[in-house]
Amino acid sequence: MTKYWVDGEKTIDINEADDVNSVCFTVDDKDVVVSGGQTILEAVQRTGIANIPALCYHPAVRPYGACRLCTVEVSEDGGKNFKFVASCLYPVKEGMIVKTSTEKVKKLRKGIIELLLARCPNTKIIQELAEEYGVEKPRFSVGDQDCILCGLCVRACQEIIGKSAISLVNRGIYKEVAAPFYAYELGEECIGCGDCVFVCPTGAITMGDNGKPVLPRVKIPYAEIGAMKSEEKLLASQG
Amino acid sequence: MVEQVRKLLDKKLKNTGELEKLRQAVLDKRDTSRITVSVCGGTGCRASGAEAVVEAFAEEIEKRELQVKIDFKETGCHGFCERGPIVVIGPKKIFYQHVQPEDVQEIINETVLQGKVVKRLLYIDPATSEEITYESDVPFYNKQTRLILGANGEIDPTDIEQYIAAGGYSALSKALFQLNPDKIVNEITSAGLRGRGGGGFPTGRKWQSCRTAKGDVKYVLCNADEGDPGAYQDRSILEGNPHSVIEGMIIGAYAIGASQGFIYVRNEYPLAVEHARIALEQAIDYGFLGENILDSGFNFKITINKGGGAFVCGESSALIASLEGKIGEPKSKYTHMSEKGLWERPSLLNNVKTWANVPLIINKGADWYSKIGTAGSKGTMIFSLVGKINNSGLVEVPMGITLREMIYDIGGGIPNGKKFKAVQTGGPSGGCIPEQFLDTHVDFDELTKIGSMMGSGGMIVMDEDTCMVDVARYFINFLKGESCGKCVPCREGLAKMSDILDRITHGEGKPEDLDTMMDLAEILSAGALCALGRTAANPVISTLKYFKDEYMAHINDKKCPAGVCRELIQYSIDPEKCTGCGVCARACSMNAISGEKKEPHVINQNMCIKCGVCYDSCKFGAITKQ
Amino acid sequence: MDTELDFDTIRTIIENNAGKIESLIDSYVDKKEQLISLLQDIQSEYNYIPQDVLIKISQKLDIPLSQVFSVVTFFQAFSLKPRGRHTITVCLGTACHVKGGQRLVDKMERDFGLKPGETTDDDRFTLETANCLGCCALGPVVVVDGKYESQVNPEKLGKVLKNYE
Repeated sequence: MTKYWVDGEKTIDINEADDVNSVCFTVDDKDVVVSGGQTILEAVQRTGIANIPALCYHPAVRPYGACRLCTVEVSEDGGKNFKFVASCLYPVKEGMIVKTSTEKVKKLRKGIIELLLARCPNTKIIQELAEEYGVEKPRFSVGDQDCILCGLCVRACQEIIGKSAISLVNRGIYKEVAAPFYAYELGEECIGCGDCVFVCPTGAITMGDNGKPVLPRVKIPYAEIGAMKSEEKLLASQG
Repeated sequence: MVEQVRKLLDKKLKNTGELEKLRQAVLDKRDTSRITVSVCGGTGCRASGAEAVVEAFAEEIEKRELQVKIDFKETGCHGFCERGPIVVIGPKKIFYQHVQPEDVQEIINETVLQGKVVKRLLYIDPATSEEITYESDVPFYNKQTRLILGANGEIDPTDIEQYIAAGGYSALSKALFQLNPDKIVNEITSAGLRGRGGGGFPTGRKWQSCRTAKGDVKYVLCNADEGDPGAYQDRSILEGNPHSVIEGMIIGAYAIGASQGFIYVRNEYPLAVEHARIALEQAIDYGFLGENILDSGFNFKITINKGGGAFVCGESSALIASLEGKIGEPKSKYTHMSEKGLWERPSLLNNVKTWANVPLIINKGADWYSKIGTAGSKGTMIFSLVGKINNSGLVEVPMGITLREMIYDIGGGIPNGKKFKAVQTGGPSGGCIPEQFLDTHVDFDELTKIGSMMGSGGMIVMDEDTCMVDVARYFINFLKGESCGKCVPCREGLAKMSDILDRITHGEGKPEDLDTMMDLAEILSAGALCALGRTAANPVISTLKYFKDEYMAHINDKKCPAGVCRELIQYSIDPEKCTGCGVCARACSMNAISGEKKEPHVINQNMCIKCGVCYDSCKFGAITKQ
Repeated sequence: MDTELDFDTIRTIIENNAGKIESLIDSYVDKKEQLISLLQDIQSEYNYIPQDVLIKISQKLDIPLSQVFSVVTFFQAFSLKPRGRHTITVCLGTACHVKGGQRLVDKMERDFGLKPGETTDDDRFTLETANCLGCCALGPVVVVDGKYESQVNPEKLGKVLKNYE
């Protein structure tokens, strides 16, 4: 007989629910029963049974698994072997054992936050996470960005609005949120709905005065150099 | 239009009977009195000028109307790439290396027409200084077990009939008519074949999950996105014997119930793409692809897709994204590809070498195959033995051979009398193996035990002049450039690791850097999304484990013991050895070398940019590097 | 092509070939998953991917422009800027690196001011690097306009490049 938390207070006996596609598993040694077909993060957030940080996750769009902060340890063989998985993507399974705050998980989170802090030292939410997890000054070279490339703005525009006015371009450390041809002004594709600004976890993308969003200025101006060069040539050839 | 032309030419083999008849007909038609002349046409030999040699032969044969006497063919890669252009003259297989167009007339006159050997073109064994005449006596070749690569030297990859004459597509007939899908999967499983792309996953098990996966539409994929720098076996097989891969794929498709296949070749292999295309066209012409193959009722077709220049697309989920027309970003693989792969359908993805093993296993049987290799790793493996090694090229050996045998018996040891330092295996996900492990028996598990991995078979030999910190820096920079950038650990972690290694190799390293890198390594292996990120720190981990002294020299002493890291070395001229010839001064692009004629010259350290051109140009060994 | 490949010339060539590009794109209309193949065809034909062509592709294949743009910028094979008359690709695979491949890249910077991905101001050379061309036994390898050169050192590279105006 397992218990089912609702709002963290009420409990219902599972035997009283008919025809429920239920999945019973444990989170941090506590039993949970939720409906199947959801991810660990969704289950944990809905039941409030634990607190897993997740920056690139938003319930309104599909999960992406980019920030890796939501990593937890999972065992599917009764506790003999554990593996690291991104809880925003991993589906709940009958009998699984989930640990959200082991030493290893905390160490990993601390490491990821340190990397994020090195990328975005002046971003409020990163600073707050750093304080929560005891990360002080990063041991590496520090940049000055606000965008963590979580992709929420891109996914919001694509999945909620269906417009796909912006996308993630380039590869690796040069990845950035951009409009086609690295334009800083958004064209007609953008309907000015502001969903991208709404889902952004760090405030890197903001609403401009003209009703269109202002894209995160990339502090590694890789794309700028490229755009400027072709712009120059284009003007030179026309001028 | 193409279909109409096809019908007109009608080469389609309607059943196995016709296949066997054709095979026999080609063999019968062979004039065994003709002398075979095979020129290696692989990309490696082409880089050394093989195309001109081929042309020279073709012209000469045409001019003197020697077609009756000579069976001339341009074959696939023979594997001994450093000795190219290679020409082998049958039937005894006289082996000539470094052949130039100017040598062609002599070869025809002396060897082909009179059976005499042109001594200057023979291979000389560096160990014994002996001239070796026949291919089978060349130690590089005779110590190998060339079950897969052997055919490369025999057939012209653009002529399917040569493949058929050599026994090609007999495994397909057997699979279609003497076995059934379950039996095929059993054969592959009992043979013990493991994935040759890097993972070493039991192939039979993969086939079984795809076979039982639910769905009417399934796909068979060939991963020819050989991205590991230093490995080129897949290119060689796809260029030299594409039908072996195609035959394997058709058998696999039949076993799991797929009707469509894709070969994903990296963009940087134009010849492999070309030959695969020709092979596919011919396979369609002869009825091995398309509808009702050999009257079995089975339909299957294959498309070739080219990569776009991204190493990460060798990762299975990124490869699939690329096939779907999207950017090559991997996805977390919490659902297996065998259930949801390409277009969310069951997909069987195997590496080129894995596919090439399939016809062999079906023809000769799992019992025969499982006798080769070790308990955990069956069959042969093809390694690319490159770097600081005398005999450089592709080596196919049974699993279980020791590293020492590979490097010294087959590879001929380190050139210029230098000392062995390490061998790097498994590409950027692998590690560096030092001298104390030279007697390790090479197989999947043994290599993993010593901190490296089999990977795609790259085996890069390094000597005393290789800086291991620089090697780590090279791999991390490579991975940083190839990272897709999706997840924080890989994108940010590799960038920071690269910064640290740059500092260390520039003499600005700090002792705490090593701990920082180990912490970053942990973040990568626990947190990264895909296998590229999870194994990205291996080069650093393995070099730190076995070559920590080099790191400490860079950090504490600001010295590079191997003499590689530019900021930490100094070139100087030994006044005792310098003859004052001035060659170095002229070669120096910074005008940093001064001196009177016939007087010892001096390098101005302030102007020297450590490019090393003077060091290369001095014929008297008067320039030292420390 | 012997004419100078500057932006103007390329523009003219593209306008003249507009019909060719149209039919090329048309042949991919119901095959949007083969976007990468189409881009490769265009890249090999024109040596880069012009802006208006990308816009046409997005319209005809019904793929959002931002997504097409993502694909073009993700893969190293595609170039948004016209390349020089001659493309020099230096192999930086492990074997070539161990044998000194980096020195060739350094030389290109010294002699022509080029970093990988850049084109000289006079449009003579574009420098690219490749992570292993598969000729590892013959390293260091450099490919100039599709022609492979093996066992290249800085001196040999200089000599080879003299042949390419």
